[in-house]
Amino acid sequence: MSDALLEAIEVSFAYDPRGPAVVDDVSLAVARGAIVGLIGPNGSGKTTLLRLLSGTLTPARGAVRLGTAPMGSLSRRELARRIAVVPQETHSAFDFSALEIVMMGRYPHLGAFELEGADDLAIARDALAVTGTRALESRQFTTLSGGEKQRVVIASALAQAAEILLLDEPTASLDLGFQLDVTSLLARLNRDRGVTMVVSTHDLNLAASLCTTLVLLKTGRVIAAGPPREVLTRDHVRALYGVDADMEIHSRTGRLMVVPLGRAL
Amino acid sequence: MAIVVCTLAPLVGTTAISLSRAFDRTIAFADNVDAQVFFVARLPRVLAAVLVGGAFAVAGVVFQAFLRNPLASPDTLGVSSGATLGAVVVITFHLDTAFGGMSALPVASFAGSAGALGVVYLMSVARRRGTSSTVLLLGGVALSAFLGALNRLVQVIGDYTDVFRSMRWMMGSLDVGSYRDIVVPLVPMILALAAIATLPRVLDLVSLGEPAAESRGVDVRKAERVALVSASLLTGSAVSIGGPVPFVGIIVPHIVRLIVGADHRLVLPAALLFGGSFLVLCDLLARTAFGPAGMPVGAVTALIGGPFFLWLLFRKFR
Repeated sequence: MSDALLEAIEVSFAYDPRGPAVVDDVSLAVARGAIVGLIGPNGSGKTTLLRLLSGTLTPARGAVRLGTAPMGSLSRRELARRIAVVPQETHSAFDFSALEIVMMGRYPHLGAFELEGADDLAIARDALAVTGTRALESRQFTTLSGGEKQRVVIASALAQAAEILLLDEPTASLDLGFQLDVTSLLARLNRDRGVTMVVSTHDLNLAASLCTTLVLLKTGRVIAAGPPREVLTRDHVRALYGVDADMEIHSRTGRLMVVPLGRAL
Repeated sequence: MAIVVCTLAPLVGTTAISLSRAFDRTIAFADNVDAQVFFVARLPRVLAAVLVGGAFAVAGVVFQAFLRNPLASPDTLGVSSGATLGAVVVITFHLDTAFGGMSALPVASFAGSAGALGVVYLMSVARRRGTSSTVLLLGGVALSAFLGALNRLVQVIGDYTDVFRSMRWMMGSLDVGSYRDIVVPLVPMILALAAIATLPRVLDLVSLGEPAAESRGVDVRKAERVALVSASLLTGSAVSIGGPVPFVGIIVPHIVRLIVGADHRLVLPAALLFGGSFLVLCDLLARTAFGPAGMPVGAVTALIGGPFFLWLLFRKFR
């Protein structure tokens, strides 16, 4: 496990110190180049675990390590240069253009009074191009559709030029077309740029096709972890969601499909 | 590089316009009236207007960005009321000379503004891990009403002349007597502006939400302390000069954003300059348009600001 790029070791966290742990004794290792999927019902601690992995929250017990360095030893800026985060939803209070939003990804690379240079602009434009949002660059962020916003925010995270990307339900509010766009974008970023990812999602089929490893969370605890085909089992789906489901290999794509049948009795 | 130049250009435009407007006015006065009147009577007042207007506007920008809420301003957060209470107490109980002859007004109004913000802030962090902007705003509105009542209570206790003084002052008046009235609050203002000058990019990021800012390397807690303390300092200093001039802190940031966009590196300096020139113009109207007795500038900003703001909202959300 020591070759992991990002690693949580027996991590626990509670928002209310006297309340129940939201993340309970979780260990997970993210290898370089992996796409790790976090799967679990609402309130299972996926978002909290992502925030612990990004260093935004500090665990009550256990440790998070980035390479060999404990999270606590790195400044927010250093962290931001290595880990970028795409939150579930992004709302802008003011009328920033898409390009301005993407340029904000350059923040951890700039000094306090340093202006963005031509390199930064080139990186931002490249990020827009990769996410297929180049044409939107001068549009107001607030006027974009959900799928366009999500891709611009991913572009902003790319402009951060971090080796690790943490995404919280990146396809949750998107229609089928945009879901496919974002999924194939993530796969491409991983393949072509070697970006390591941790993705939380409710979409089991997406998780099965995109992720190299799945971590199944229930009430803050890991109930299983491993390659999708090994852990996406009937028993696990029932344990997680209380749903009976069939697993099939789709004949044309060869992908694992989870077909929900109904509430488990 | 082109984008930086392109975005800087409108700033230069607005500042040049507002600056020249401000200077035209003073030059016209210098031409009409003799130099003594210009430097002794008019200039301190114009300078006071620039400082007060600029300070309220910048404080408004900072509050709006940190609370991610277009309604945030020194007025709506109770910060102005707090500063006013501090000042009214000083006026009513004749504490003006408490600090070895130096006016206690700026100190009291800063204490008031910081106290008010402190109460609202503590209330919102006590319940959860971060700062909830809704709680801050609602708390500010409630606190404003409460402090307003305290203000009136203090006035009831005071005698007629004091009440007249504090009433007049509460309506916002830039009738400063000398340069000294400006210089004392200028020190904390410059400190606060210097602190805020380190923040524009942080304000950009924070307006996308705390998690977004944190994941891009901003120490939000630290920046928040710097920003909120500086903004209260600005409000307190401005109130100590001109009273709680209403509407500048909420309306100027919106106008400026319409002109220069959302980038705080442009919004902050533009708000400072535009807020300053806006108040100079309002004060000009207050001094001249209503006969020799004049009118409190606060009445003018509210008279102009209210309808203009409604029109702006109507236009924007049509």
